[in-house]
Amino acid sequence: MSEDAKPARPAKVPFAPSSRDWLEPTVKFAAGRWSYSAKPKSLRTLEFPNPRDWSPDQPDWKLPDNWKEIILQGLRERMDRFRSLRLFMDCCVRCGACADKCHYFIGTGDPKNMPVLRAELLRSVYRGEMTLAGRLLGRWAGGRRLTPEVLKEWFYYFYQCTECRRCSVFCPFGIDQAEITMLGRELLNLLGLNINWVMEPAAKCFTTGNHLGITPHGLKDNLEFFVDSIEEITGVRVNPSINRKGADVLFVAPSGDLLAEPGIFTLMGYLLVLHQSGLNYTWSSYASEGGNFGMFASHELMKGLNAKIYAEARRLGVKWILGGECGHMWRVAHQYMETMNGPADFLQEPISPITGTHFQNARTTRMVHIAEFTADLIQQGKLKLAPERNDRYRVTFHDSCNPARSMGLLEEPRYILRSTCRHFHEMPAETIREKTFCCGCGAGLGGEECMDLRMRGGIPRAEAVRSVREKYGVNLLSSICAIDRAVLPTLMDHWVPGVGVAGLHELVGNALVLDGEKERTINLRGEPLHEGET
Amino acid sequence: MPDIKPPAHGQDSPVSFPAWRGEGAKALFPLVAVAALVLIAWAGAGLPRLEPLFGIILPYGALLAFLFGMSWRVLSWTRSPVPFNITTTCGQQYSLPWIRSSRIENPHTRWGAAGRVVLEMLLFRSLLRNVRHEWVEGDREGAAPKLVFKSSPGLWLGALVFHYSLLLVLLHHARFFLDPVSGWVTGLEKLDAFFQLGSAAFYVSGVTLILALLYLLVRRWWLPWLRYLSLPADYFPLYLLLGVALTGGMMHYSTRANVPAAKDFCLGLARLRPAGLSGLGPLFYVHLTLACLLLAYVPFSKLAHMVSLPLSPTRNLPGAGRMTRHVNPWNAPVKTHPYAEYENEYRDKMRAAGIPLEKEIP
Repeated sequence: MSEDAKPARPAKVPFAPSSRDWLEPTVKFAAGRWSYSAKPKSLRTLEFPNPRDWSPDQPDWKLPDNWKEIILQGLRERMDRFRSLRLFMDCCVRCGACADKCHYFIGTGDPKNMPVLRAELLRSVYRGEMTLAGRLLGRWAGGRRLTPEVLKEWFYYFYQCTECRRCSVFCPFGIDQAEITMLGRELLNLLGLNINWVMEPAAKCFTTGNHLGITPHGLKDNLEFFVDSIEEITGVRVNPSINRKGADVLFVAPSGDLLAEPGIFTLMGYLLVLHQSGLNYTWSSYASEGGNFGMFASHELMKGLNAKIYAEARRLGVKWILGGECGHMWRVAHQYMETMNGPADFLQEPISPITGTHFQNARTTRMVHIAEFTADLIQQGKLKLAPERNDRYRVTFHDSCNPARSMGLLEEPRYILRSTCRHFHEMPAETIREKTFCCGCGAGLGGEECMDLRMRGGIPRAEAVRSVREKYGVNLLSSICAIDRAVLPTLMDHWVPGVGVAGLHELVGNALVLDGEKERTINLRGEPLHEGET
Repeated sequence: MPDIKPPAHGQDSPVSFPAWRGEGAKALFPLVAVAALVLIAWAGAGLPRLEPLFGIILPYGALLAFLFGMSWRVLSWTRSPVPFNITTTCGQQYSLPWIRSSRIENPHTRWGAAGRVVLEMLLFRSLLRNVRHEWVEGDREGAAPKLVFKSSPGLWLGALVFHYSLLLVLLHHARFFLDPVSGWVTGLEKLDAFFQLGSAAFYVSGVTLILALLYLLVRRWWLPWLRYLSLPADYFPLYLLLGVALTGGMMHYSTRANVPAAKDFCLGLARLRPAGLSGLGPLFYVHLTLACLLLAYVPFSKLAHMVSLPLSPTRNLPGAGRMTRHVNPWNAPVKTHPYAEYENEYRDKMRAAGIPLEKEIP
């Protein structure tokens, strides 16, 4: 967008309740608020039920005859398997603390986007179908029966939740809407009610090893392209390997970084840091995806896709695993991976061969975040940095939901930013760290077709960026998530034009002084290092 | 790019006027129910033949319902396992030695997690964190509105005052169940009663209890979005508690209340030798009935939240998920795509690209 283009400004979004009791299902699918259904081919690949052509906005969803039985049975099973679900069905006091913590509620004013009501959509069915009071008193006990309309409402609103967990920070009981959405979507998946933006990447990941369907030779080509670009910019030729036995470390990044700007600059940053540090590492074409769209469909699919990482680490005989910058990938790595596919006893406790630092916090899962790895290198004085090379940027940092609220990776990226940039400014305290706002497109909601939802959900983040743009002239939004890098440029262009988006390691790559490098005049994007130069 | 405008009111088709959201009915229905209970108890005071029902069956029944109900509730929750460590981390993780980790908000030990739960129970720290969003006018003429966040500790304060007042008032009741009255009871009374009102000690907790309940009630009705989502089950306990608190207060400050008879009744209950309700008026019947129903109602309602926090897996586990092994008892094998199959599918391409292979099949 050109500099003088007039940016859109959000109008005040009013609270817009339905004119009827919320227990009455609302099934109108507003334009731009829903995602296209999954193609049957993807479901067949993954052996998911009910593959067929259908569309959410059509009246006939082509459900199996016993759909109700399947859902209620599925709900019972999940309540027996997940204490979270059982507890969260009973213990909400509807205090409303979570209500305006959701970016979609702030952006749409739709009451069923309040986390409490999104959860009540499921709770009301639990009460109405499975508790005595609900069956006897019906709506007076907050209960309702499971009808096709209720099912459609579930679909509409469970695919308007990015599983960002911001509500669970504010809930006095820690009720986590992400957990309810995950299990709600799992139920919907029993009937083949899923979206293409989740299931197609998941199916590709299953067959090719990554969401984008990059083949092994494609991976090789892409890496070579980046190696050439890096040589052009720095005069140094880095030498990444693929599927190499004998490496100490397996490196796994989100595949988005391999394909599109600005993720590719982040990937070039990884290559530079890993090269300069001298780490003996390898990429894998089989485990070429850190992200995990299975998480947005079912725990079983999450496990099946995640299994590749440990399997590959075992096959290649590495000592530990290093992971790139990705949001939900790190929720899986930090909270699910070792439970699902461990124990990782074939690996060693991660120790940085360069600094000798023992990553105690990853001693069981044996997977280290690259921000932890790089922060350690910088703190131990192993990297020579020229932060002035990032002087054209005034940088702010968007904490990605999962590293913030499912991990607590808050200081490492900030330490790296302060070491590699001379102009770093924080956004308002209510919008960062554990209170960070979602980009508005997580958990599979990044499709073009739900652009209205995306732009509305991104309003809180965009407004926070605008405030630091006005205050400090911020022109770069950095983050540690591949979805962020894919969707925030669109959001910035729409609400805060003139602000670019970059991964953390792009800035590291710019500032990092390599052994034997030529004098750098351009950054990893090919822009002159200082504004005004040509 | 879509043109973002405020959404039209309502996501559904327009319905005939007047639109019925049922908000008033949901708030009123429980009030009618509590009023009916009050009338029943009041009438019961005039029927001596019903004395065993109010004086024996109701209190012991309520206590049993509470004890068994809560046990059933806790068992039903704990019977389901916690398959994954899904801590919500609200602070810096434990990682590199030179980065200070947040020991309470993102604990890496069991002790830290226990501390997190205890502090949450005692201080409601998550509610203290509350902020509300607000659109404010732009600072210049014609400037677009801005989205800002403001601290919103009202609910935290209201909830804290309510729960601690209730605790104090309940503890004061120990006077009725102990003979002789222990020192801690009188000590607590002195602490709570700054000045006398007539002949009775004036308890601050009683007043703050009622004020906090009114705040919670008014808040629920006042905020349009909260009113919209509220259920009868959200109003009912508030009315019930108000009924108990008001009748209790009326007896406490009334000169006609027969305190010795009340004490005899309570001591009788405690010693399993029910003394009966003789000498106790309708106010006491109402107070006792509502209190007993409240007790019995706890396990089967949202009031069971009193035990749910320590069981909540987003709060009671250490946040350091990569540090300790968490076992899922139902972890079952799933469909995967093994490396051998993958290599079979891509062998030629991999060989051509110079990527190492496990099996060199031409």
